Amino acid sequence: MIRFDDVSKRYEGSSDALSHVSFDLADGEMAFLTGHSGAGKSTLMKLIILMERASRGQVIVNGTNLNRVTRRQIPAVRRDIGVVFQNHQLLFDRNVFDNVALPLTIAGFSPREVGRRVRAALSKVGLSDKEKKFPVALSGGEQQRVGIARAVVNKPPLLLADEPTGNLDPELSTEVMDLFLWFNQVGVSVLIATHDLDLVKRMARRELVLRQGQLVGGED
Amino acid sequence: MAWIAHHQRISLSTLVELLKNPLGSLMTWLVIGIALGLPAILYVVLQNVSNVSGDWGGKPRVSLFLSESVSVHDAQTLSQKITLQAGVAQVRFISADDALLEFQHRSGFGEVLRTLDKNPLPHVVEVMATEKDPLNLSLLISGWESDPRVERVSVDLQWLERLFAILLFAERLVTALTVVLCLGLMLIMGNTISLAIENRRQEIEVVKLVGGTDGFVRRPFLYLGFWYGLGGAVFACLLLEISLLFLSAPVELLAQSYRDDFVLQGPGWAGIFALIGLGSVLGVIGSALAVSRHLADIEPS
Repeated sequence: MIRFDDVSKRYEGSSDALSHVSFDLADGEMAFLTGHSGAGKSTLMKLIILMERASRGQVIVNGTNLNRVTRRQIPAVRRDIGVVFQNHQLLFDRNVFDNVALPLTIAGFSPREVGRRVRAALSKVGLSDKEKKFPVALSGGEQQRVGIARAVVNKPPLLLADEPTGNLDPELSTEVMDLFLWFNQVGVSVLIATHDLDLVKRMARRELVLRQGQLVGGED
Repeated sequence: MAWIAHHQRISLSTLVELLKNPLGSLMTWLVIGIALGLPAILYVVLQNVSNVSGDWGGKPRVSLFLSESVSVHDAQTLSQKITLQAGVAQVRFISADDALLEFQHRSGFGEVLRTLDKNPLPHVVEVMATEKDPLNLSLLISGWESDPRVERVSVDLQWLERLFAILLFAERLVTALTVVLCLGLMLIMGNTISLAIENRRQEIEVVKLVGGTDGFVRRPFLYLGFWYGLGGAVFACLLLEISLLFLSAPVELLAQSYRDDFVLQGPGWAGIFALIGLGSVLGVIGSALAVSRHLADIEPS
């Protein structure tokens, strides 16, 4: 699903944020990406959703070589990747329903289909009764679940999460992780960047470890 | 179908958003209304003046004052002869008696004129020429001048030429003003839309992150520009109608000294629709320019 082939990323005027990173994430696999702040986790994630481009090497996502994707083709690539952000990235002037519906609206689904899928996603994350609420009226954990619902409403084959439990207490973290596990069980490939090592240990999945831009564990 | 529904929803929701901030939207609409309305007023007034002068159609009018000795019969023969000449559209014969009556009626000197023992006015042949070329016209005129029955020829062409020159100048002025104000309007629109884009920066980033195309991001702002333009044009129409109401009395008074039946013509429905269409199109163009300038800058980071 994701393949990094000797990828390096250098930001202008600084040392390599990623250097010679190679790994494979198989279809339907779930893995964690760990490392200290500044080890390159975010950069790696950004390369996958084309917020950044690799300086060297190739990133292949879902069979698409991202080096060959033009600016105009970026939206199509992003529609196949559900992303959960640490800061949720919700729109605060829209209610829960409209936030979750956004990817479907963009993809041009009919209102009826949008309604059906949004309700299904909200019920999956346990927020069926909150669809009319605005994000400010929700707790941090609920906001995160809205973010997850939005990431999966499109039924993407790949789900990325950047520190999805960063601001949550252990109990909520476990709930959120259970959701990711469920999505993985129904065939979605999942890559989660986190520095919550206890959680990673409990989940017992492959762990890709980054240190100063280099992959030092979990290559295979 | 989903596509049409999507456009309907976007256009409506942008309108609702505008109406949620009525004071700000009203200000923008007024500014656009003034920028569109001013050239529209000038254009309509100009159109009216052109209509009045257009009755003469730029055709030179020549008056032949005949000698005192010429009889009515001879004068009529002459006027018939002129009618048949090339370059002549219309000939009106005004006998001395008719002229006196008309003068008495119009000038208010009726009593004074009645004290005269003899009609001081000559017979007049009024010729409307189709010939506009100055050389050919002067040939025609000199032909009439050489006729012994004709005492004097007067061409009231110069003031007409002057009027047309002024009209041409005014037309150019209005065109230039229209272009300048339309440019200003697009700048206003661009600025307003730029602000709207800046206010929704976070939303644009999120939309781009979840796979929104440039077109999807652009759409609400184009509709925003459309509504600004449309609303502005409606205000321009109001401004135009009110101004015409305000101007009609003095303008009609002035124009009726030339023509009895003059009424200030409004822009009509066609004009109103054209103005509204122009406003909407300019709104969309202005916002398209602003969006294309800013859209690439806003990338999720």
